[in-house]
Amino acid sequence: MTARTNEPERYYNYAYLDEQTKRMIRRAILKALAIPGYQAPFGSREMPVPYGWGTGGIQLTAAIIGPDDVYKCIDQGADDTTNAVSIRRFFAQVADVATTEDTAAATIIQTRHRIPEQGLTEGQVLVFQVPQPEPLRGLEARETETRAMHAYEEYGLQYVSLYESVATYGRIASTVGYPTMIDERYLMSPSPIPKFDNPKLDDNPAILLFGAGREKRIYAVPPYTRVRSLDFDDYPFETQTWEEDCALCGATESYLDEVVLDDSGERMFVCSDSSFCSDRRAAGHAGSMAGHQLATLDKAPA
Amino acid sequence: MAYVAVKGGERAITNAHRWLAEDRRGDPTIPEIEVNQIREQLSLSIDRVMSEGSCYDRDLAALAVKQARGDLPEAIFLTRAYRTTLPRFGASLPLETGQMAVRRRISAAFKDIPGGQVLGPTFDYTHRLLDFTLAANGETPLEGALEAEEPQAYPMATIASVFAHEDLLEPDTQTGAAAEPFDLTREPMAFPAGRDQRLQALARGDEGFLLSLAYSSQRGWGSTHPLCAEIRLGEVAVEFVPDELGFAIEIGELTLTECQMISTGAGGIETAPQFTRGYGLTFGHCERKAMSMAIVDRALRDAAQGEASAPVQDEEFVLYHSDNVEASGFVQHLKLPHYVDFQADLQLIRRLRREHADRQAAMKEAAE
Amino acid sequence: MSIAFDLARVAAGFSDPTRESQQVFRKLMDAMARPGTIYDLSQAPEPPSGMHRAAGAVALTLFDFETPVWLDPGLHTEAVEGWLQFHCGAPRVAEPRQAAFALVADLSAAPLLADFNAGDAKYPDRSTTLVIQLPSLEGGPRVTLTGPGIKSEATLALDGLRPGFWGEVQENHARFQFGVDLIFVAGDRLTALPRSTRIV
Repeated sequence: MTARTNEPERYYNYAYLDEQTKRMIRRAILKALAIPGYQAPFGSREMPVPYGWGTGGIQLTAAIIGPDDVYKCIDQGADDTTNAVSIRRFFAQVADVATTEDTAAATIIQTRHRIPEQGLTEGQVLVFQVPQPEPLRGLEARETETRAMHAYEEYGLQYVSLYESVATYGRIASTVGYPTMIDERYLMSPSPIPKFDNPKLDDNPAILLFGAGREKRIYAVPPYTRVRSLDFDDYPFETQTWEEDCALCGATESYLDEVVLDDSGERMFVCSDSSFCSDRRAAGHAGSMAGHQLATLDKAPA
Repeated sequence: MAYVAVKGGERAITNAHRWLAEDRRGDPTIPEIEVNQIREQLSLSIDRVMSEGSCYDRDLAALAVKQARGDLPEAIFLTRAYRTTLPRFGASLPLETGQMAVRRRISAAFKDIPGGQVLGPTFDYTHRLLDFTLAANGETPLEGALEAEEPQAYPMATIASVFAHEDLLEPDTQTGAAAEPFDLTREPMAFPAGRDQRLQALARGDEGFLLSLAYSSQRGWGSTHPLCAEIRLGEVAVEFVPDELGFAIEIGELTLTECQMISTGAGGIETAPQFTRGYGLTFGHCERKAMSMAIVDRALRDAAQGEASAPVQDEEFVLYHSDNVEASGFVQHLKLPHYVDFQADLQLIRRLRREHADRQAAMKEAAE
Repeated sequence: MSIAFDLARVAAGFSDPTRESQQVFRKLMDAMARPGTIYDLSQAPEPPSGMHRAAGAVALTLFDFETPVWLDPGLHTEAVEGWLQFHCGAPRVAEPRQAAFALVADLSAAPLLADFNAGDAKYPDRSTTLVIQLPSLEGGPRVTLTGPGIKSEATLALDGLRPGFWGEVQENHARFQFGVDLIFVAGDRLTALPRSTRIV
């Protein structure tokens, strides 16, 4: 864990946002929790990182974080991907907060595209960065139309699209951002997590907050909420599986990244969740390529 | 050849920042450009950054242009990110562009109008020939512009006042009774958009995007047959009423470009045929932007009247896609890692290919 | 609305607004995410007479010039109005339907839940959040809660509710996505019931 710097003087307000903006976001979070899966509009501010690079997640974190928090930030499951590093640095600097790569030690985990492999616990908050909050946007471009569909619970279009996918590919071909139904009322995009992670949304003990800065929407799933991935009786929801195990830690049930090793088609598969993988290696688990340089590169230098 | 995986993000980022700073500086044997040189000599860059950055501060815009290495959308982004942290004291009184101290004013509607045609500082009738003396000598000797023989009319009559006698031009209307206009920097976009929201979005909108939309309208994709009734450039006072005083005081002056486009309006049962208008306003001298904005503003009125068919008339399409800070961020976010998504796609494609091969084999077997 | 008040007589708010509002908000967020769980806000400053400490903490954390507030007639005192005006600057509304927040001191005399704003079909978040002061959050008739935020089921035994109140809460849930959201306070303590919670 990287300790707080306790820097007393700051040019910007604590956690960057001004207090009025925090109040506005906090009110939106409460309404989002009260209406699970509903996209609450909020007055998203311009942030010092580009839209599409986590401005929604950053604003959520900034509105909830305090100096007693322990903050973890991952992108593609890994703590050491460039944008995760950049955002973690931002909060270490503007919010005086301790940072960690350890999933269990974190109180706030900000993520792009993954849910950690290790189960979350009560008291943790998982903040998702969301590029496109509208699950129906790919089917209907107009916000005025999709908002009416949510208002009147008219989700036929979504089912037609899944059915067409079955007709074309012989299965539901959606692989990331797989549509979910929250507490049997609101259709919700889980953000572009792989459908491998969808079952983790259901009945999760943590608070799940979703922020879309550019699209100016906040939505939430409270703990222990029913999250159903859409499917058909004869084409039930299924998740990704691999024939390979993690080459570094030997994990058989984690989401794997594919790493190209040379230009003759050699490749290895490694856990996308870098913290999960290194914990396993530390506990003595070893995969077929244990000791590969990738295992030594994934720790950020102190 | 073996590949080294891109990991160790922390060191990579630090080093990339250093490299960027070196590149920004360029050849160190050449004197570093000063912010005041940018402010004075790249003034149209400053004007665009202030307009689309929604922040009137020439020095800040010049710093942004320098830091962004001349990349104007990047400079606009820097300005916006700074602006959002500034405290708000309140709303000024509406600007009185009729009281503008005019430096340039032209109308394409009349050969002459009260106040006359004033060309002012414009590229319009320059021949676009590269001036190699600027390169050779660093600068060309200035021949000062001649002073007018008679002082310019002040205030200079607006096109609205020229038309007023015949009631030919639709009047300006107040937008509702709200104490303050809609503010996109505080509230998300809402539809149908009020004209205040629309004009703010267009004023912050990307010049290139609005230019192309306006052009598409001229070419027939939602034409409004616009005519440039008036363009004016000059200085306007900003007035503010502090709570503790209760009366207006002048707190500064802005350079503005204003454009009024007019189109023939058929009128209705209640209203006689009249010219309708589209409005464009920018900080500084951004004439191309102001004209484009006015055409798009007029075209979007068709949307409000349910006549939309072309992209330029589609409120949701235009307003959701005009902001270059949003657009640039989202297009460029595709540079971020998408390993997880791609792995999911790879898996699906490989599986579909296996099934395809199995089917092919089965068909071949059946045929034999 | 501007209210004349004597600054010297306005009770203190947060001494460190950034820090303290963050701490209060985290408890509020947990409360809204875990209906029926009771949270302690004894660290919050002492509000003016008539307001419970936890209600004051909610006001200081969430109210501002963007949130119209409906104030219980029992709280129309110089101390309370001056304190809210000075620390929050929230506009006051007389009509319950216009309120983003409602501060209820005497539930028996307050408007029905259905009289407050339940949001609209497309924007159900544009609805009232009620902050209801009660004598105690425990010791009343026990009800069982289920729904989002609740692992299997939870119980709540709020004291001092008006007759038929749980029926109102059931009706409020029945018209989901419409509805108001409820924050109950008693002294230093707070619990929440969002519209998503089912009373069984």
